[in-house]
Amino acid sequence: MNAETRNWVEIGELSDIPREGARVVKTASGCIAVFRTADDEVFALDDRCPHKGGPLSQGIVHGLSVTCPLHNWVFDLSTGLARGADEGSVPVTAARVDNGKVLLAADDLARRTAE
Amino acid sequence: MKNQKLVVVGAGMASGRMLEHLFETAADAYDVTLFGAEPRGNYNRIMLSPVLAGEKTFDEIVTHDAAWYEQHGVTCRFGETVTAIDRERKTVRTSQGETAYDKLVIATGSAPFIIPVAGKDLPGVRAFRDLDDVDAMVDAAGKPGAKAVVIGGGLLGLEAAAALRLRGMEVVVLHLMGHLMERQLDPAAGFLLQKELEGRGIKIHCKAQTKAILGEEKAEAVLLDDGTVYPADLVVMAVGIRPETRIATDSGLQVDRGILVDDQMRSSDPDILALGECVEHKKTCYGLVAPLYDMAKVAAKTLIGDEAAFRPVETATQLKVTGVTLYSAGDFAEGDDREEIVLRDASAGVYKRLVLKDNRILGAVLYGETSDGSWFFDHLKKGTDVSQMRETLIFGQAYQGGAPLDPTAAVAALPDDAEICGCNGVCKGKIVSTIKEKGLTTLDGVRAHTKASNSCGTCTGLVEQLMQVTLGDAYNPAAVTPMCGCTPLGHDEVRRLIKSRRLKSIPAVMQELEWKTSGGCAKCRPALNYYLVSDWPDEYADDYQSRFINERVHANIQKDGTYSVVPRMWGGMTSSKELRAIADVVDKFNIPAVKCTGGQRIDMLGIRKEDLPAVWADLGKAGFVSGQAYAKGLRTVKTCVGSDWCRFGTQDSTGLGVKLEKFMWGSWTPAKLKMAVSGCPRNCAEATCKDIGIICVDSGYEIHFAGAAGLDIKGTEVLGMVRTEEDAIEYVAALTQMYREQGHYLERIYKWAKRIGYDEIRRQIMDDAAMRKAYFDRFVFSQKFAQVDPWSERVSGKDKHEFNPMAVVTREAAE
Repeated sequence: MNAETRNWVEIGELSDIPREGARVVKTASGCIAVFRTADDEVFALDDRCPHKGGPLSQGIVHGLSVTCPLHNWVFDLSTGLARGADEGSVPVTAARVDNGKVLLAADDLARRTAE
Repeated sequence: MKNQKLVVVGAGMASGRMLEHLFETAADAYDVTLFGAEPRGNYNRIMLSPVLAGEKTFDEIVTHDAAWYEQHGVTCRFGETVTAIDRERKTVRTSQGETAYDKLVIATGSAPFIIPVAGKDLPGVRAFRDLDDVDAMVDAAGKPGAKAVVIGGGLLGLEAAAALRLRGMEVVVLHLMGHLMERQLDPAAGFLLQKELEGRGIKIHCKAQTKAILGEEKAEAVLLDDGTVYPADLVVMAVGIRPETRIATDSGLQVDRGILVDDQMRSSDPDILALGECVEHKKTCYGLVAPLYDMAKVAAKTLIGDEAAFRPVETATQLKVTGVTLYSAGDFAEGDDREEIVLRDASAGVYKRLVLKDNRILGAVLYGETSDGSWFFDHLKKGTDVSQMRETLIFGQAYQGGAPLDPTAAVAALPDDAEICGCNGVCKGKIVSTIKEKGLTTLDGVRAHTKASNSCGTCTGLVEQLMQVTLGDAYNPAAVTPMCGCTPLGHDEVRRLIKSRRLKSIPAVMQELEWKTSGGCAKCRPALNYYLVSDWPDEYADDYQSRFINERVHANIQKDGTYSVVPRMWGGMTSSKELRAIADVVDKFNIPAVKCTGGQRIDMLGIRKEDLPAVWADLGKAGFVSGQAYAKGLRTVKTCVGSDWCRFGTQDSTGLGVKLEKFMWGSWTPAKLKMAVSGCPRNCAEATCKDIGIICVDSGYEIHFAGAAGLDIKGTEVLGMVRTEEDAIEYVAALTQMYREQGHYLERIYKWAKRIGYDEIRRQIMDDAAMRKAYFDRFVFSQKFAQVDPWSERVSGKDKHEFNPMAVVTREAAE
């Protein structure tokens, strides 16, 4: 599915998120961390490290990665996969920026609710 | 096999280890019900001595907590004593009724042997067996001038005696035999041990036959056969243990000294197994942990129908008394067919004795210097013929073969199952095989793949030696350790280049110094941010996105994602108004935990992130500012009450502490900086283990630095003496600035000082007045930009985005 045929939910302005930072979006099935990179790309991952449940939204964002604040696991923002020697992954919600607005994919959100 | 019912009686070390093995190999084989007489989970009983001595806490010695049992589906019935076994109907009975079993494991351990003398039941007479005994002894030791008599000069009795002495009690040890620890030591080593303990103020009375414990309502004294009377507030019986076999005897199992078991740990009833200190195997009862663990392995296999047999092995003994090094193994009685080799060095307090028979080591006793213990023990177990090395045998491993002493040899000689990293439970074999499989050549690589040396770091040296052994010349520890994977440059070069090339932003550093990644990583970003804050205080705009979360939201993240908040209490002083404000905040925000910190302040734990600004607003109204308990920066200045109140105080230590804290708060440092000021050399503020400490004396102020009381323990070094408070503040600030300018990020002051050299630091701060003045001025300049209370800033709206969700997506919107 590409961006044109998908339904998107608007969650706010790109400028609401600090560069190399993240904000939290609350949903019925747990929080999502929405990241903004230095190049103004946005990514969304479940706000829960698979290791010990650390809030990834509170980690340091570097390049296309975030480091969990509790025990320094590093995740790829685009795939949700742990980098380096650690093994694990975080569910990804598709995210994009349109006209300064941050959008999350409705089907991904719905799938999270269904699970 | 599922739904077979396994009932385990006794929740001690042996049964805990057996369940571990059972769940590893066949997690679903049994539904397990565990009965334990003690109302708590399983803990490492051998570590009770360090708990009694105050060197460890109970939590540190817990091996299986409630969560572990729950995770493995064990039904725990702690505090419930099994009173009978009905072998016909296969049930056990407790006060709560009957529980059925298919297989039963008895692991009731042992009971302390109480010598049958008058007064043995008086309050104040304790065994040394479980945590309740430890608690009672700690209580007794809390009374000033309290006296203890320990009956029994064996392993357990001496550990108890040393621990009680450490807690300040007057201690007498009564021992029936002619010398201490006669089962493990020969008379000569026993004598050396006695001298050492007497040197610590413990009185030792050998050949002491206890006649009665005297006292009306409680124990007051111990009377010996020879008429000697020792006053005692506490009497500790540590004369031995006997297997706890009552339920086995009552149910008609075969019991001699202990419950009789075969090589598979089966009792005389094949559906009932027994293991641990309560059993007797081939006429022997066991009390040391290693054979018990072997039994646990065998019992687990028997339960799932695998073949295994218990084969007792020799065990070595070590006394757990801090500062006493003692090692004994094997049989060291004298005999006509035996020879011995003895080495004595009286002035060094070293004694070594090997007992040989037919050129094989039969026993070893080492006192004062025990590093070769495991090497001797290895030869003992293997029955090595030592005739070739007999001449130099007693000097140990390093003298064999004439090869020069190689520090890695000891590591190379370790068996594969030797534990290297205690934090993460990583053994040598795992590290070596991972290095080979993954082709690792750096310490960071080993850390990433094995987790060894990844937690507290005290095993780093061992891991590096292992890498050397495994990799040989391919490992070059002398190479500069890069800051992180983003650059080949070390911290020193980066700091130097930031200054010399006048780099004033993180992107500038990464560009100019050719960083290999686009945005750095979570290691280098906070380091660079600190270096820039420290080097360009007036020009650099702090990059909050490069700070660790605690410094970004000015509170400490906890494991559940909530935060803790610690307001500043200058010099540890507070008031009714402040305490009332804290109480009100705790009530208003339902804060679940309030705790005193080690730095004389109050910690509120479990606060939701959204509540932080409101909590700070209320605290701010009472005059509180952030205590920066989360910062790589100035934390606290701990003080004693000094000349204001104390009859020994020589100076106003509290006042100086408050002045220092008010002058220095807000400054960022490479790692946290904790200080203390004590009003006299009694040092109640414990200034001599701080990053920087001051001891007040009549003639002025003695400045200390580079202490540590965390991962490492280290007393401070003396920087020097100054006459006035103003001087003390200037010297301390100058020292801090020197550390700020040279320290590597996350390097505590004691590590920095060791790297730079204590004398060099004294030269620059104490002897070179111009240099000191320059450091001091730079510190003062930097403080102009640093002393802004971050809490009040955030109460007024700064970084609002940190504390609120960006959006709330409802189920409907998502669908």
